[in-house]
Amino acid sequence: MRNLRLNSDSRRAARGDRAGALIRTGRILSRLGYLDEQFCQVEDLQDEASPNFAEEVATLFFKDSARLISNVEQALEKYPKDFNRWDAYMQQLKGSCSSIGASRMKSECMSFRDYCGQGNVEGCMRSFHKVKREHGALRQKLEAYFQLLRQAGPAGAATRPGM
Amino acid sequence: MAVVASETPFHVLAVDDSLPDRKLIERLLKTSSFQVTTVDSGSKALQFLGIHDDDASTVSVHAHQLDVAVNLIITDYCMPGMTGYDLLKKIKESSSLRDIPVVIMSSENIPSRINRCLEEGADEFFLKPVQLSDMSKLKPHILKSRCREHYEQEQQHQQSDSNSNDCSSPTNMSSSSDSSRKRKAEDNEEILPQKNRPRHS
Repeated sequence: MRNLRLNSDSRRAARGDRAGALIRTGRILSRLGYLDEQFCQVEDLQDEASPNFAEEVATLFFKDSARLISNVEQALEKYPKDFNRWDAYMQQLKGSCSSIGASRMKSECMSFRDYCGQGNVEGCMRSFHKVKREHGALRQKLEAYFQLLRQAGPAGAATRPGM
Repeated sequence: MAVVASETPFHVLAVDDSLPDRKLIERLLKTSSFQVTTVDSGSKALQFLGIHDDDASTVSVHAHQLDVAVNLIITDYCMPGMTGYDLLKKIKESSSLRDIPVVIMSSENIPSRINRCLEEGADEFFLKPVQLSDMSKLKPHILKSRCREHYEQEQQHQQSDSNSNDCSSPTNMSSSSDSSRKRKAEDNEEILPQKNRPRHS
């Protein structure tokens, strides 16, 4: 359903209402809690000299977080019930989420760490699954967002949504 | 001695093992008019600063240090291998580097960790994610350390100046002036800025 909304936004964007489409996309992302205020801070660092800064950081984040997720995954397999190790790896991922404002993903990371603290293997596995799901969902949404920004061109960049 | 009111930007060395975080801190610093060098580990930071891990306590001079003046070091706490805290200790143990202000960053708000860093000589502790507003806290630390350095050098200048008064008259070739001259020479060696200390720009 939400994807449909994005599509109708994209069509409206094609008709010239690009700024409107961006604002709607941005609001969707923040209302759904995918991204928080920190992402706005990152976008605010953009200027004429670094016009794609937020997208560059996001790209680095997804590359880095994919690696960190894989670290957790391997640790879950190779070191059963090693909650300290699991927690240490997840702490790195949580820090990364913090830096870009990935709030939903971050809160799943925090759940995982809580379960580590409780020594709850089942809880860890469940929340890790959610971390991966949020990671994928955020990547999808941000890719759509940046694509819209690119389509909108300089006009779109000027009317960047205040999230 | 000229007042240091330079247009040359201050140079910050940023240390963080996370690539997106390095990109962020670099941008924050550049936006705040700092010149930035980023490295991804404590050992690379020490390398850049021109000291080796094993002999941090000895003053060692490396040629490239003549070109590199670092006015502040900002480092992440949690890093594999050498933590930010370990790096802080090495810097404070080094006679050539200990006057450079150090700021620690961490995504974890742990009071005991913060206190430990401050006790070890860190000038500031930033909670991640670091904000643009945090950048305004850096310059005061740089200026404070420069004032201290300037004051120390002034003190040594004054001491050698008072010695040179004895030596100024060429006819005054008593042994006391000889020893004053010798002392002056020694003082000059002390007051000449050490090559591996941050220079005034």
